[in-house]
Amino acid sequence: MPLSSNRSFRRRIRPAGAGLPGWILCVLLALLFVQPVCAEEAVEYIDIRNPFLRKIPTAVPLFKNVSGGERGGMLSRRLADILAQTLAFTGYFEILDRQAFLADPRNPAVLGANIRFRNWTTIGAELLITGTVRLSGDMLETELRLFDSFKEDLIIGKRYKGVEADHVRMIRRFCGDIMLHLTGDRGVFESRIAFVSASGDKKEIYTCDFDGGGPAAVTFKNSISRYPAWSSDAAYLAFTSYQKGKPDLYIQRLADKKEIVVDRRGFQITPAWVPGKFQLAAAMSFSGDQEIYLLTGEGKIINRLTKSRGIDVSPTWSPDGKLLAFVSRRSGTPQIYIKDMASERVRRLTFEGRYNTEPSWSPKGDRIAYSSQQDGRLDIHTIDVEGRNPMRLTQNQGDNESPSWSPDGSLIAFSSTREGPSRIYVMTAFGTDQRRLLTLPGEQMDPKWSPNATEN
Amino acid sequence: MPKKMWMLLALLVIVPGLLLTTSCAKKVVQSEEAVEEVEAPEEAVVEEPAEEDTAAMEAARIAEEAAAQEEAARQWEMAAEEELEEQRLAEEAAKRAAEQRAAEAAKQMLETEDIYFEFDSAVLLPVARAVLDRKAKWLFQNWEESVIIEGHCDERGTAAYNIALGDRRAESVKNYLVDIGIDASRMTTISYGEERPVDPGHNEEAWAKNRRVHFVVE
Repeated sequence: MPLSSNRSFRRRIRPAGAGLPGWILCVLLALLFVQPVCAEEAVEYIDIRNPFLRKIPTAVPLFKNVSGGERGGMLSRRLADILAQTLAFTGYFEILDRQAFLADPRNPAVLGANIRFRNWTTIGAELLITGTVRLSGDMLETELRLFDSFKEDLIIGKRYKGVEADHVRMIRRFCGDIMLHLTGDRGVFESRIAFVSASGDKKEIYTCDFDGGGPAAVTFKNSISRYPAWSSDAAYLAFTSYQKGKPDLYIQRLADKKEIVVDRRGFQITPAWVPGKFQLAAAMSFSGDQEIYLLTGEGKIINRLTKSRGIDVSPTWSPDGKLLAFVSRRSGTPQIYIKDMASERVRRLTFEGRYNTEPSWSPKGDRIAYSSQQDGRLDIHTIDVEGRNPMRLTQNQGDNESPSWSPDGSLIAFSSTREGPSRIYVMTAFGTDQRRLLTLPGEQMDPKWSPNATEN
Repeated sequence: MPKKMWMLLALLVIVPGLLLTTSCAKKVVQSEEAVEEVEAPEEAVVEEPAEEDTAAMEAARIAEEAAAQEEAARQWEMAAEEELEEQRLAEEAAKRAAEQRAAEAAKQMLETEDIYFEFDSAVLLPVARAVLDRKAKWLFQNWEESVIIEGHCDERGTAAYNIALGDRRAESVKNYLVDIGIDASRMTTISYGEERPVDPGHNEEAWAKNRRVHFVVE
């Protein structure tokens, strides 16, 4: 159809003797036909190819204190702040400064019908979140709404009821709803991070919220404990401890702190749970050689997974549990290899650099993060599972080690000495937005991000 | 008048003299009795009392002297033997102390002489073999002792890999000793990776000191 109209146009224009303008007109007309098709596609808020390239400008004004009273007023401000910080943590959103808002904060419009969306589009806010807070005694009821301000559409509206003490959980639940809508994944808000905190010559295992809040010790062994690993249901933590004088494997049930110890001669280190199963891989040296074994969740050896003389350590599973990446020195320097569990074939993944260790398989399944030592410095890299498209994420920032992916594969936690003592940092999967997660006395290291199954 | 004086004088001299001589005779009688108790020959007393008394006295005196001499000799011998014994004990103690010092020194050397490695390597260097031969000798001589063989790394590299590397170094040393003939059950390996450096420095000198295997007597 467009072709024939172009031809008729050309016939009309040619007698006038103007060939080039005619072509331009044709192209413009073609575009006219193409555009309406675009307008009918779903709006993509987040570009999955590089989601952090452009953050979505988002406005989170103070919530409306419906019940009145001072406590309600303080809570309205606090909930809005927590919501803003939680969204900012993901790296997808640019939270706009409230100073720039045009709307009157004293009488916030909450319902779509009352909102003057021009107040928000003028300052560039593409997303708007409004909330109400109704506090009666200990009970809190909050309504939260997410709007597309340019389309003037309500995207999600939810009401949460519970005790006031649960207000953070409510906010996190709503953020999960937002992420589910925008990305198809609930995000990281229900997850925790295990890590090691060192004080003097003692190292203990700790856990904290995904954003570094509420750190608490898990081990009190007054010894060296390291390499925590979460089971798929986040109910167990496996780790190595020198409590009995040598590096043994401990499997602790977090609910009642009961422990099973695997203390064969030699070492037991770097546990890695098989996704969806009560089994884990670990590196052990009781045979006189350093190999990776598969164990039950109770610590009984099922079979040996690596069969090569020389160091084999640091296993990490693909999300479907069918592939295992690990570190091996079989070619002369520490490199990362992948074993297919079904065919038992092993292939080498990393070929750049002479020291590649600490692999971590993304829960998305497509990439593996690891640390690489070059010129005496350690940096975090990622590479796809075929060994192509390597990406370097840190540079000239001290030593950066032990990467661990968030459960939705969007963020990476790691340890870094960029500020002097070793601390835990978080960055996006593309290496942007690098920031410190938390600060405790001494040094922190060995971060391990839990699956999303934890109860906050 | 002078005659009376002379008579008085004579009396003065004679009477005490008589008194004295009689008392001496009494003493002789006592010693005779003593000798009789010990070993006085009866014949001497019976036949000629005056002459025999003197002879018996003489014999008794000789016997007594002999006995005393024997006793003295015996005492001296005992004293000499005691002193010898003391000397012997002192020598033995000194010898034992010296042996103990030597043993402590050998044990100390076993525990202070570490074996060093190159970066990312568990290969025994030539100088390490001499050190290990000394340790093997100690282990042969102290056949009832057991040792812990610790493997360590420098801070470079990553922690988990370094535990494996430390383990490899300790096993390397243990295998060498097993090959020499030390029973494997007497040696336990433990890897500390980079957790226990002896030198906290961040330079090649410190790192070289930390890449080591260390012995501890159990």
